[in-house]
Amino acid sequence: MEDSVATNQTQPLVLFDHVTKRFGPTTAVDSISLQIFEGEFLSIMGPSGCGKTTTLRMLAGLEEPSEGEIQLAGERINNVTVSERDTPMVWQSLALFPFLNVIKNVEFGLKMRGVSATERHQRALDWLERLEIVDFADREISQLSGGQQQRVALARSLVTEPRILLLDEPLSALDANLVVRMQGVLTKLQKELGITFVYVTHRQSEAFAMSDRVVIMNQGRIEQIDSAKGIYRNPATRFVAEFVGSNNILTGAVTSVDGLIEIDTPAGRFKCASSTDHEWSIGDTTSLVISADLVRLSTSTANDTNEMECRFISEEFVGSIVTVLAETPDGADFRIQLQQRELSELDLKVGAAVYVRWDSHDAHLLRNTA
Amino acid sequence: MIRAKTYNGLFYFYVALVFVFIFLPILTSFVFSFNSERFPTIPLGHFTLHWYTLAFTDADVWDAFRVSLIVSLSVAFIATFLGFCTAYTDYRYNFFGKSAYLALSLLPPTIPLVIMGLAMLALLARIGMSGKIISIIVSHVVLCSPFAMAIVRMRLAQIDPNLESAAWNLGASQWRTMREVIVPFCAPALISAFCLTAAVSFDEFAVAWFVSGLNKTVPVMILEILQGNTDPRINAIGSVVFVTSITLVILAQIIYMRKSTRKTLTGF
Repeated sequence: MEDSVATNQTQPLVLFDHVTKRFGPTTAVDSISLQIFEGEFLSIMGPSGCGKTTTLRMLAGLEEPSEGEIQLAGERINNVTVSERDTPMVWQSLALFPFLNVIKNVEFGLKMRGVSATERHQRALDWLERLEIVDFADREISQLSGGQQQRVALARSLVTEPRILLLDEPLSALDANLVVRMQGVLTKLQKELGITFVYVTHRQSEAFAMSDRVVIMNQGRIEQIDSAKGIYRNPATRFVAEFVGSNNILTGAVTSVDGLIEIDTPAGRFKCASSTDHEWSIGDTTSLVISADLVRLSTSTANDTNEMECRFISEEFVGSIVTVLAETPDGADFRIQLQQRELSELDLKVGAAVYVRWDSHDAHLLRNTA
Repeated sequence: MIRAKTYNGLFYFYVALVFVFIFLPILTSFVFSFNSERFPTIPLGHFTLHWYTLAFTDADVWDAFRVSLIVSLSVAFIATFLGFCTAYTDYRYNFFGKSAYLALSLLPPTIPLVIMGLAMLALLARIGMSGKIISIIVSHVVLCSPFAMAIVRMRLAQIDPNLESAAWNLGASQWRTMREVIVPFCAPALISAFCLTAAVSFDEFAVAWFVSGLNKTVPVMILEILQGNTDPRINAIGSVVFVTSITLVILAQIIYMRKSTRKTLTGF
């Protein structure tokens, strides 16, 4: 996989070495190892309870690892207290100080570091300017909109000029339009500053839009680390394939490895070009992943290799793209993404026979079907 | 429509009645404190400040006010501090026996005052502390701290649980966070707890009567005058006490409401 950031650097800024975190009987983070590099935008994504926030909190020093070691710039930080680490965080709730006005909030970190009143005022003003909220410097926090509060939270964390910024689902409280705007602000800021951003989210759109690399977590473990595109096109595990995008997954046994790999599934036999360097042998159980946006839909058969007769069930309209839900011969769901115009040209009735087909190079085999 | 209006009217009438019932005696005392007649009868005599001058030229009255002031201010300080500490430990920590700890710290106001006064007297006499100003302060702190705790606890229930962590994350130590974040956040509650505990202590009679000895507080002195004869000075002193207490209570309300609503608008 392309991993440009990783190969350019020798020493990672942050290192998680087999880090485990237990809360009583539950294991929140299960022996994860992860390297985060200087200047990269890394997202940690996963469903709620997957351990992504705990991982971030351990990096900030708000939780202590039960096992394993965390290093920051080459030094073990397991026992360094929160206030002594330079790992500012942007909180989901923002956690702005409601009894302080905007500029005083931004000055807070500098004040704690003993920076003189005039200098910290100036530096806070510079940051407010940079984030385009300098006009609100003397306002109360409660007088600001959600997006403006977001910018104050960013300025407050960045004013001390850290090497790394932690962000814990900071955009989850904003409405959709504002999220896209703030994504732009964040990526621009990260590029300009050249510092490391570690961004925790459960939203794929946010992680994919901004990150150099994405970490997918599930049940305390790391499922995959790759670029957004790598994760989208080549999911490493069934979990990733199901969690990311709208993928169709057909499980079956390998019946031929001659040239293309042939898989026998309950829905039919399909051929696929192996995208990994794994040596397949006949009889292997595997899953075939077909991204819904790479599937074509028609009302007549073309007698193609990777073709399947389905029944049209329903359509779900989401803007210019429509997701069509069809039923495979063995009764499973199959999703196809089309342009709205393409679908209306087909003029489908519920229950009608439709043919779905895809290119054998567009399907992807999962090595691990567990 | 008409029915709703009638109900509304009846409701207002009822509320007005309740207020009259509560405040009429106090108002009567207030009116008679400016009345020239010796006995509280109608028709009224003419307006006079005679009873006020009479009351406040008496050294005993000044003494009682002095004692009450020292007691209520000290009590307000100590009780607010203790209430804050209890509320904060409740907010911040989980430990074995926490519910017992909370129940015990909220218990004092539920004990009948006479029993409390008697128990306090028994204890303080045994350790040689009865009959002093400090005995009243100690007893009132026991009585007032739970009120302070309840007020601060209400405020802490509104705090964003990440606020403390955010301060640590920005480089503030635990003590610094207490000073820079927790105390300012609780400020409206602390001020209103101070006013309220001061008012409760200033008014309290039963416990003070048991433990005060020769250091009479204003309420104790009022009862002693009353036991002697009908004296219009009581109306004058009573009015001053009432105005003091109600001012403190209203102040507590206003401060708490104003500051806290501003916070809730933040929309965490």
